[in-house]
Amino acid sequence: MKSRLTREQIAQRAAQELRDGACVNLGFGIPNLCSSYVPAGRTVYFHSENGILGMGPRAKPGEEDYDLVDAMKVPATLVPGAAFFNQAESHMMTRGGHLDVSVLGAFQVSERGDLASWKLPGAKGSGGIGGAMDIAVGARRLIVCMEHNAKDGAPKIVRECAYPLTALECVKTIITDLAVIDVTPQGLALREVAPGWTAEEVQSHTGATLHGAAHARAMEFAARP
Amino acid sequence: MKNKLYSTLDAAVADISDGASILFGGFGGAGFPNNLIRALARRGARNLTAVSNNCGTGESELGILFKNSQVRHVIASFPGPGANHFQEQFAAGEVTVELCAQGVLCERLRAKGAGIRAFYTAVGAGTEIACGKEERSFDGKRMVLEHALGADFALIKAYKADRIGNLIYRKAARNFNPLMATAAETVIVEVDEVVEVGALDPESIITPFIFVDRIVQAPTLRGY
Repeated sequence: MKSRLTREQIAQRAAQELRDGACVNLGFGIPNLCSSYVPAGRTVYFHSENGILGMGPRAKPGEEDYDLVDAMKVPATLVPGAAFFNQAESHMMTRGGHLDVSVLGAFQVSERGDLASWKLPGAKGSGGIGGAMDIAVGARRLIVCMEHNAKDGAPKIVRECAYPLTALECVKTIITDLAVIDVTPQGLALREVAPGWTAEEVQSHTGATLHGAAHARAMEFAARP
Repeated sequence: MKNKLYSTLDAAVADISDGASILFGGFGGAGFPNNLIRALARRGARNLTAVSNNCGTGESELGILFKNSQVRHVIASFPGPGANHFQEQFAAGEVTVELCAQGVLCERLRAKGAGIRAFYTAVGAGTEIACGKEERSFDGKRMVLEHALGADFALIKAYKADRIGNLIYRKAARNFNPLMATAAETVIVEVDEVVEVGALDPESIITPFIFVDRIVQAPTLRGY
């Protein structure tokens, strides 16, 4: 079987989309790995929904401050210029369209950019939404990072989401272990394919039509900072 | 001026009775009023409605209240995989839950504090959380009507208070606390330190004293 990108490589490719000076929210899972791959020479300000803009790397052992944690309870640090604010102001930034980019994980994305990311059908327990709906609705540019296919091989890029929705028509770019795909008014546009993969092969693993296959390039990776 | 300073945690929560609704500050292990929550567990009030981002981690944060079967209904954005006592009660049908998108939860609290009865937002439109909610179109976009959310009590955590109730917070432990301070009939805060009036820089005050009813000094109790 052909090799796919690792989770780290998906994050690395997504991090290349982040411009110098951008304010960015990273969701749980693969998106959270992006902070390690910001290309050299760019400053990116990470937003944490619990009230931090300008969050730095994880705190070193022995330097943890449990009043300074990321949205996953992990002790974090600040970069120069960081600010604290309350949770409503934090979501003014997400919902109000003030962040430049948000990166979220997903269970499914539809060809119109509908996002399903918070609940699997038949899941046990109460489920939980967190900040994902506010982030998805307000994102100026929403990038989804995920595996192209579920564990059973089912496509996660589909014509219509079957799973409970997070938000309608919100995803702009999908970065997977096989491809970079843009959501356009004309449908899904295949921008890049993973090294060693053809556009036809990517299409065969996708549950919706990909346009522009003839123009798709091979993914490139900037040198790691 | 009425004395807002309480000498014990138990005295500060002594009038929280069965059936009360309560807002609880805190997020991600930071800014939870863990000392007041323990006092509420000792008090034993039941049939509570709790509003909080999540539902505890083991016995810590709100966990002890679920373990004690004190909560009947909860409004939360992310109950959490670590909220085992809540999840057990939920599975047994002993507690009901209303899931609310996190930013909408913030804004519902903020609206209550600001005297705004309800508002429209695109958050949730087209999803199952909009079921049964009034919907309207603005500028061609679907919007959902969300209602202000307040409670009888708010239990919050701050870093320092002066004796009349001006508050400052510490780092990301601020989170929901300033919002909840505006949205309850009676606002009870636990702080690491109480200082004299005038000792806090007016430029630095995050919650002005008008929002605070009771102050108790207690060292920060970490949830874990």
